[in-house]
Amino acid sequence: MTAVAAASGRSATHDVVLEVKGLSVTLRTPRGTVRAVNNISFQAQAGQTLALLGESGCGKSMTAKAIAGLLDPVADVDGGQMILNGQDLATMNARQRRKVAGPQLGIVFQDALTALNPVYKVGTQLGEAFRIHQKLSARQARAKAIELMHRVGIPEPESRVDAYPHQFSGGMRQRILIAMAVALNPSLLIADEPTTALDVTIQAQIMALLKSLREENNLAVVLITHDLAVVAEEADTVAVMYAGNVVETGPVAEVFTNPRHPYTKGLLESVPVDAVRGSTLSSIPGNPPELHNIPSGCVYQSRCPLVQEVCRTTRPELLPVRPLTATDLPAGGSGADVRPAGVVERAAACHFSKELAHV
Amino acid sequence: MLVYLRQRIISSLLPLVVVVVGVFALARLTGNPASLYLPLNATEQMRADFMAREGLDQPLLVQMADYFGGVLRLDFGESLRTGEPAAAMALRAFPATLQLAATTMVIAIVAAVLVGCWAALKPNGVADRISSFVSMAAASIPDFWLAIVGIWIFAITLGWLPTSGVSGPEAWILPIATLMLRPFGVLVQIVRGAMVSALSEPYIKLARSKGASDARVVTHHALRNAAAPALTVAGDLAVGLVNGAVVVETIFGWPGIGKLMIDSILQRDFAVLQAAVLITAIAIFILNILIDIGYALLDARVRPTVKA
Repeated sequence: MTAVAAASGRSATHDVVLEVKGLSVTLRTPRGTVRAVNNISFQAQAGQTLALLGESGCGKSMTAKAIAGLLDPVADVDGGQMILNGQDLATMNARQRRKVAGPQLGIVFQDALTALNPVYKVGTQLGEAFRIHQKLSARQARAKAIELMHRVGIPEPESRVDAYPHQFSGGMRQRILIAMAVALNPSLLIADEPTTALDVTIQAQIMALLKSLREENNLAVVLITHDLAVVAEEADTVAVMYAGNVVETGPVAEVFTNPRHPYTKGLLESVPVDAVRGSTLSSIPGNPPELHNIPSGCVYQSRCPLVQEVCRTTRPELLPVRPLTATDLPAGGSGADVRPAGVVERAAACHFSKELAHV
Repeated sequence: MLVYLRQRIISSLLPLVVVVVGVFALARLTGNPASLYLPLNATEQMRADFMAREGLDQPLLVQMADYFGGVLRLDFGESLRTGEPAAAMALRAFPATLQLAATTMVIAIVAAVLVGCWAALKPNGVADRISSFVSMAAASIPDFWLAIVGIWIFAITLGWLPTSGVSGPEAWILPIATLMLRPFGVLVQIVRGAMVSALSEPYIKLARSKGASDARVVTHHALRNAAAPALTVAGDLAVGLVNGAVVVETIFGWPGIGKLMIDSILQRDFAVLQAAVLITAIAIFILNILIDIGYALLDARVRPTVKA
């Protein structure tokens, strides 16, 4: 089965599996309702990894939870569409969402120790999806669990299947979570900071596992992360989020070599390259705005080195930007570059993205 | 598991010994039985004979050694009142208490789990507020007061239920209703709290991400995690029930161990009192071991010798 999947993976088409259009999420807080995610759009394609990149509190995890239907009771989807394989998740009722959860959409959580239920054997938890969706018996589900453990590289699954989560190492627990997410061969996998709780060597193994699963099954992966290195290595496209907004998006290679938003640029400059001992590391001054205090103009105005009067009054829209090589045209003008279908276009939400191209 | 059990039993033995000594010492502080059993005008000679016959003239250490020897053979001596073996009297009274306490606990636990889960589904919702009010009231009402009011309304005024005794099924209603109120109230709050925190754990999100229904999430994933704190408190409350039976059994004339203890104290019937207290202590000791086994069954993390 693996060989067939791998073969089909090579010839895979990059169909759009998930299309998020204008998604907003609001949070009810004691200080009033705030927008944690504001009108964001992106696509995830089969066999590709889309990274949602941003710092803590930028709304990336909230976006993942909204797609997976796992928002906390105080959070609500407030407009927008989340079209998964042609069906809009935003308009589904709870029962329809449960049907999708597992067979079409899998999610890998950040902290595998708290995400696994401490009182059940891992085999029971791995088999649960089969029991719910395929009505398998406990014995059949256990066999499926062993198969899954094989698939994600857990040694001696026949004996480990009856062990409890606390008897596994962090890396193995993360493998178990990944196995659960891909149990029913979903078309979309959301990985919410899957390596944050792990040390660096284990991180690399987990990312390699995600990559091989993606290739074998032509999975669309949405990777939520704050780690620029992970994005650079693993992702095909990236959407940079700041204060609930997508500020820049495009193919990773292009965005990282030619950032067209000052926030992306600031992030990339803060990566220590050839750092000299004793010299100051570059960083972005200030903090992101608090959610109940987002300025009316550009969300990044308080920290932006390029800030002008227009930034304080008008919020820049996320508009297509042209690559450096093209003739200059006003950003968002008639010159939205034409790309072959399936290739994600570049866009940035900055009044001065054109100027940034020359910096 | 056996090693674990052995550890638990050994570590519980010391408190049991302390109970045995404590009962011996405290019983002798309640007064001299001779002044109770003999006529007021009894002569010094009669008192001395009585003390000698009951072994009460011996030095305390000798009395205690006799008593310990007897305890090991389950021989507590004879009742001063009836002349029957004390152990037999205590063992005869104990099942009545056990039946009452067990029935009460089962009803209280089932009701508390249902109400607690219902309340936890929507924290601060209507169900939560109602159950919080009811459980707080239930946990706060003194049981002896409720017992007397219950007898007054249902037995005397309405005449639906008997005032006391074990005449039939209807005789169980008032004692159980009185006894279960506090355990029910306390357990509702414990179950509710444990369920609210369990339902906000990441593993609940994981279960939902696999398409688990609300019912499955509550019964499979949250309840088993919430059971441990509830079990701790339920065990404590069950111990309290066996002890609290003294009051309720006296009020309802229930022929259990609590009533036997009170009667024995009032009559300075040391042998029976010692037997009753020790049997109660052993029952509590067994209950604690059962609770420990319950923990281990619920959660693999407290099983010490399981290897992966």
